[in-house]
Amino acid sequence: MLYTLLCYNKEDVVWSWSRAEDDAVMSRLSVVHEKLVKEGKLGPSLRLLPTTAAATLRGNVVIDGPFAETKEQLLGFYVIDVENLDAALDVARELSAANPTSVYEIRPIALYVPEARADAPREMIKAY
Amino acid sequence: MTDLAWIHGALTAARPQAVGALLRYFRDMDRAEEAYQEACLRALKNWPQKGPPRDPAAWLILVGRNAGLDGVRRQARDTVLPPDEAISDLEDVEAPLAERLDGADYRDDVLRLLFICCHPELPAVQQVALALRIVSGLTVPQIARAFLVSDAAMEQRITRAKQRIAQRNREGAGVPFEAPGAVERAERLAAVAAMIYLLFNEGYSGASDPARAPLCDEAIRLARLLLRLFPTEPEIMGLAALMLLQQSRLGARFDAEGEAVLLEDQDRRLWDNKLIGEGLALIDKAMRHNQPGPYQVQAAIAAIHARAARPAETDWENIDALYAALERMQPSPVVTLNRAVVIARLKGADVALEMIAPLEERLAGYFPYFATRGAFLLQLGRGNEARTAFTRAIALAASPAEAAHIRRHLDRLAAVKVS
Repeated sequence: MLYTLLCYNKEDVVWSWSRAEDDAVMSRLSVVHEKLVKEGKLGPSLRLLPTTAAATLRGNVVIDGPFAETKEQLLGFYVIDVENLDAALDVARELSAANPTSVYEIRPIALYVPEARADAPREMIKAY
Repeated sequence: MTDLAWIHGALTAARPQAVGALLRYFRDMDRAEEAYQEACLRALKNWPQKGPPRDPAAWLILVGRNAGLDGVRRQARDTVLPPDEAISDLEDVEAPLAERLDGADYRDDVLRLLFICCHPELPAVQQVALALRIVSGLTVPQIARAFLVSDAAMEQRITRAKQRIAQRNREGAGVPFEAPGAVERAERLAAVAAMIYLLFNEGYSGASDPARAPLCDEAIRLARLLLRLFPTEPEIMGLAALMLLQQSRLGARFDAEGEAVLLEDQDRRLWDNKLIGEGLALIDKAMRHNQPGPYQVQAAIAAIHARAARPAETDWENIDALYAALERMQPSPVVTLNRAVVIARLKGADVALEMIAPLEERLAGYFPYFATRGAFLLQLGRGNEARTAFTRAIALAASPAEAAHIRRHLDRLAAVKVS
């Protein structure tokens, strides 16, 4: 079974950490990451930039800021590699056209660690 | 991270909202600060045992308000203090009230708190010092170190600034406590943005000095706070982007000897990609609004540099167009001087030199003017005139790093003469 672990915290506190505090947390996490890599358990992982840098596409309206409803839940995510926000919005619009009731938050990524498992699947392994 | 470090971070992050709300209750800066400090003491006592509350700012506001009211009553000697246990249960009792303190209340409280610090009668340095003390919660010695003055001198500055504000309040000319109208809010936001950028520049110009560098981080933190409160203001996005993109170069701006390294000579691998990513995302977002302003234009210029993997890939034509736009929005000899550096690349140092000649009178005390003029003259092979310009620049240098950079030019000129 594949799981995704979603990390939550108080953003204003985390983004106020000094470089030393941030480095300390990241180095403690990297110990866990390395262990998971050795065990062949770690897929791609990433750290997001703050929600203040986010925009949200709802239907065909672009809203400044993060997705902020509480009735809707996070159901999945994509990692895309594009030139800028406009290009990211183009991708989101295509997804939205195919899945019009869903809302897409476009949030830049701070750190991206690609798949590290030796036997990582090259294609989608299961269609749910 | 220890629990205590987490609590410290939560208290710092909640401070602007909490002090802003307490100021609205008590309408007195000193009482608001005292109440906040009392609330922090109780947080340090309560949170490690009971766990931190879901909304630290709301907790601090409620506890601080009660503590402040106790203080008022104590002065009136008409009532006894409630026992501390009553306070520790407060989160359950007052939870519904806590929920009513939503983002809209915070927004105007924080803005008012910041706006009070940028009172136009206060000199710029006092505005920044006051904001660091009241909004950011830095101690007087921390601020004094950042401004390279003694603790006593800084204490006096902050006290004077507070007295001036209190006096204006007594005269009925203070900042009103009602929720501001749309125009008023926009004016406050602009003044606050200017103060935050001033704070950033205090840190940026002295970034080789470790005591001043945290000012930049604090300015960025305040800009992110404003963005959370005003998520659709393109100029606030521009301000945040500008500071993030400038700060991303911190690791490359000085060499091992602490000497300033010019943008085109910087090792771009030392630029901070995380800050660049955030800055680029924000400027992209801002530009979609089609309401250009000075911060956005300056951020857009910084973004062009950030997007160029090597100096040769820099889109100078676009930068020139942006400086031209900035000159129209915010005419200033400094902007023209910056544009001249771009013109020197596009059209030659002779054209640029002509362009800055009329600025000399207004920029007679401005280090970058003579440093730039010297560099243009050097490119044109006019060594003697370059030496004169560099000598004047050195006399105006604000930091050892600036002076050292110019001295290197002078040394090279001297070497050429000998050979």
